[in-house]
Amino acid sequence: MRPLVSSPLARYLVRRLGVSALLIVGVTLVTFVLTNLVPGDPVAANLGQRAAENPETVAAYRAHYGLDRPLPVQYVTYLGNLVQGDLGESQQTHRPVLTDLQSAVPATLEIAIGAIVLSVLIGVGFGVVAAVRRGQLADSALRVVSLVGISVPTFWLALVAFYVFSFQLDLAPGSGRLAPATTPPPHVTGLYTLDSLLAGEWETFGDALAHLMLPTLVLTLYTVGLLTRFTRSAVLEVLEQDYVRSARAKGLPGRTVLFRYVLRAAMVPILTVVGLAFGALLSGTVLVEEIFAWPGLGSYAYQAASHLDLPAVMGVGLLVGVIYLVINLVVDLLYGAIDPRVRVQ
Amino acid sequence: MWIVVAVLGPALWPYDPLIQDFPRLDAPSAAHWFGTDELGRDVFTRVLAGARVTMPLAVLLVGLSVAIGGVLGLAAGFFGRWVGETVMRLTDLVMAFPTVILAMVVAASLGASLLNAVLAALVVSWPAYARVTRGLVVGIREADYVLADRLLGFSPLRSLRTDIVPMVTGPVLILASLDIGTATLLLSGLSFLGLGAKPPTAEWGSMVAAAIQNFDSWWLGVFPGLAILTVVMAFNFLGDALRDALDPRTAGELGKAETR
Repeated sequence: MRPLVSSPLARYLVRRLGVSALLIVGVTLVTFVLTNLVPGDPVAANLGQRAAENPETVAAYRAHYGLDRPLPVQYVTYLGNLVQGDLGESQQTHRPVLTDLQSAVPATLEIAIGAIVLSVLIGVGFGVVAAVRRGQLADSALRVVSLVGISVPTFWLALVAFYVFSFQLDLAPGSGRLAPATTPPPHVTGLYTLDSLLAGEWETFGDALAHLMLPTLVLTLYTVGLLTRFTRSAVLEVLEQDYVRSARAKGLPGRTVLFRYVLRAAMVPILTVVGLAFGALLSGTVLVEEIFAWPGLGSYAYQAASHLDLPAVMGVGLLVGVIYLVINLVVDLLYGAIDPRVRVQ
Repeated sequence: MWIVVAVLGPALWPYDPLIQDFPRLDAPSAAHWFGTDELGRDVFTRVLAGARVTMPLAVLLVGLSVAIGGVLGLAAGFFGRWVGETVMRLTDLVMAFPTVILAMVVAASLGASLLNAVLAALVVSWPAYARVTRGLVVGIREADYVLADRLLGFSPLRSLRTDIVPMVTGPVLILASLDIGTATLLLSGLSFLGLGAKPPTAEWGSMVAAAIQNFDSWWLGVFPGLAILTVVMAFNFLGDALRDALDPRTAGELGKAETR
């Protein structure tokens, strides 16, 4: 019988969550300080020039968003509202930030999930092949592929892909999440592909999937490059271990050694990078979303940042920060599932 | 090769990168290898000129990140206690925040200019170095030779300088050389969003952005993009080679993933 695993685990979880909560508060503080320290003025960025010259309009604007109060008061008010689930109102869209995020996040998730799943399948596969065939032709070829992957500017790749496949070859649809004539499926999860499936609207599903294809593939290339490189070095390191040699010496078939012994041990560091890569995908979609006119988190963040829309920026930062921390937590918990040595601690 | 292009600069340019004398939006030809842009400027010249804009800034950015992150990491690792705690929590904070978005906020609030883009990128890129440096310092702080010198009466500063810094420099430089490519991508990305170089400057990222306006003329965007791709590839390749030569264990890979 296994001893009480749950109690140290529970303690661990509580501690981790505590630290995470502190970090989240820290994230709000960083954004707040940064956006207020720098010389940009949100009033000028959001009001038109004529409105900005009228002192009354400016004063009313400042009062509406609470910008007329001292900074510490502004910050404490923000935190107070945050606890009640109120992220404030965007100075750009004049909607609650929470509402804006609810429509933006599924759009980005749809790309990011597709990209990370593809990347793990391809990248880890490539990495294993490269490690096993170290120094051979396949290794060199994959090395070039992954080098290109991590070196290509995604915004440029997106543009080229768009030009070739949509504009010239007409193989992929234009920008956005759906063709202009298609109505979005009834809202359940906000993921158009899933929602249209749930509603049984096959044509909408096809359209949504077609629109997803290019942005997802463009993002996949970078992550594939990263994962291939990393998996290769992680697997190589394990391949040199004594226990792998022993397993081989025992006469175990190569496949068994590779999958049961090598890959399992290599999976721990690989998972870390997968977690990091997924987090990076969520915030790194900015440039790609700009090109495909994808109404996701990246576009929203870009709009918010360029207009110094403080509540919106904080909202995005907070959200991505939370997602990062959750991913890290999940990754750390998965370590325990994969590697018994971690469980003991 | 790009370094040569950047160093030689104007000597190689067939035309002036800002001059608008040519037919507009001409496809690539013998006279204009990469065609001309919407204002009648020679794209080939502008791509060459761009080498003098992005690359030095990327190097500057990484240099500053190494300096700031390195010093803080040294302090954190060597003095430990509250200095270390403060610095490490600070890096936690910056790293918990999405890199690109933080850089965008800083760049947007400082105003669009290349130097501000570097500053913005600096804000997000120093923590990786602080972490790596601290990790290395903590590892060797208690090494016998360091302790022996301390017992011989070395002051903390002298010990830091003669015993610790030389041991840390190699791995950090490897990380840095791998990072120049990433820095180039980040900077040109910010410029692409209009948060970096201002219009007349021949910067690769903003040239790609300008190409969106003239979608039919593929040569506007393709060549500056290829320039970025090849430069970043070259730096990554260089970094790989350096790492393989100096450090068989892959110290750099994790830090690299974290900075993206």
